Amino acid sequence: MTVVASRELRDGEIVFVGIGLPNLACNLARATHAPALVLIYESGAVGALPERLPVSIGDPSLVTGSLMVTGMADIFQLFLQGGRIEVGFLGGAQIDKYGNINTTVVGDYAKPKVRLPGSGGAAEIATHAQRTVIISRLSTRAFPEAVDYITSPGNRGKGKSRREWGMPGAGPVKVITDRGVLCASDVDGEMELAALYPGVTTEDVTSRVGWKLRVRDSLEAVAPPSAEELRLLREVLDPGKLYLKGS
Amino acid sequence: MTGAAPVASGMPKASKVVSMRDAIARFVHDGDTVVIEGFTHLICFAAGHEIIRQKRRDLVLCRLTPDLIIDQLLAAGCARKLVFSWAGNPGVGSLHAFRRAVEAGNPPLEIEEYSHFGMVARFSAGAAHLPFWPLRDYKGTDLPDSNPRIAQVTCPYTGEQLAAVPALNPDVTIVHAQRADAEGNTQIWGLLGVQKEAAFASKHVIVVVEELVDTSVVRADPNRTLIPGMIVDAVVVEPWGAHPSYAQGHYDRDNDFYVAWENISRDEGSLQAYLETYVMSVEDRAGYLALHPGLTDRLAARARMCEGVNYGY
Repeated sequence: MTVVASRELRDGEIVFVGIGLPNLACNLARATHAPALVLIYESGAVGALPERLPVSIGDPSLVTGSLMVTGMADIFQLFLQGGRIEVGFLGGAQIDKYGNINTTVVGDYAKPKVRLPGSGGAAEIATHAQRTVIISRLSTRAFPEAVDYITSPGNRGKGKSRREWGMPGAGPVKVITDRGVLCASDVDGEMELAALYPGVTTEDVTSRVGWKLRVRDSLEAVAPPSAEELRLLREVLDPGKLYLKGS
Repeated sequence: MTGAAPVASGMPKASKVVSMRDAIARFVHDGDTVVIEGFTHLICFAAGHEIIRQKRRDLVLCRLTPDLIIDQLLAAGCARKLVFSWAGNPGVGSLHAFRRAVEAGNPPLEIEEYSHFGMVARFSAGAAHLPFWPLRDYKGTDLPDSNPRIAQVTCPYTGEQLAAVPALNPDVTIVHAQRADAEGNTQIWGLLGVQKEAAFASKHVIVVVEELVDTSVVRADPNRTLIPGMIVDAVVVEPWGAHPSYAQGHYDRDNDFYVAWENISRDEGSLQAYLETYVMSVEDRAGYLALHPGLTDRLAARARMCEGVNYGY
């Protein structure tokens, strides 16, 4: 999943890196096919070249050797709202059929079953990045038809499309999962199964999604991770299994 | 301007250096709106611990990322309200005292929630003495529904609907920094967070530093000054005062402690025992450090010096 996510990034792109697996995927991309990737973290590091896997998005290794370190007001106003971010990479506890993301509460906001951390910078990354890529493991719990709370806007929410809301970025174009890849429909923004991992059936994916998932007529086959990608992940980038635990 | 040295403005002013105990006693009162800022970097745990020791109550705590220090302040019963944008244990998981308060009302806690951009914008408005700050955000989300203070404004030039968030003007902001002089001219490098805006928005500012330096050190590199002494009320010298957070060039983040917090905070009894041992039973930061033998060797930063620049003309 991390390998497939890393392949979404093109060399030289400007990517806004979120916490967790996106962090690992971006650092893998930089170590493989996209050495000129520009990593921007909401903490203020621009063009970071971390020499160790950042434990958090505020890790000191993001500062040492970066192109620029600035305040968070600049990051949100000049870089993000200013339209300079090409790709936003996000995770989430719940993702729905339009790519709306919930990282706030499971259950009712006023009396939640589980209180999650909240938006951080995700709401504005989802609004302003020219495109966003979501990464999450498949389960009906994580992929309900409608999320309990819309923290970060997808392609349609609260009765209107992104365009009708007047949001600048194109929204979530893909959801990278541990079994296949969902892509947003050009017509209505709904997520559709577009690619399968080796050995995975359509049913393996549709049974783990909480709505009737549309399946494209021809499904792409995702190439398995190369030996080099696996070696980098397991031996160089995350030997302590900080992000890879359970995967 | 002549090329002469700025003699008049270089006259030494009264030192603002005080102990942490005196700074908190003087500038943090029951019911105050209190900011301890720092995005992962430079979070002043020493100040948070002193607030707990002095048993402040009914505080309104404002911080983008509440982090472990807010979990500790909540567990100690210091706060009635939290204003925030991301409440987790960065890189690890949950803040369990925060979750107990929000999920089970133990203890009751009022929350007011934004995104990071929303919190940054609130400090920016407060610092600029504006009533609100506009941002292109929150469309198609549930944030304005769960926080009625997120409003809408119409641009007077284009008619565009924008979100607006109200100015935040805290009673006191506490900023940890690598160094300052005795007047509070404060220099920070590494991640800068929202400390400048929070300090300018605040009625009072306490600066806590790893190192007290002569004003000539500040004047030699003025671009590195984030907070000018004119807005600072107190300077506290407290090396390692940000542990388990970090100070670039001084010490690394204590990730082992952030991971350990998961188990400490999951159980209310063990969290209270932690506070009793590491906060209430010690007099000050020196006492806290004495309980962590080997800490300074384990986390001390390796040097990565930068070359200076030429400020001549």
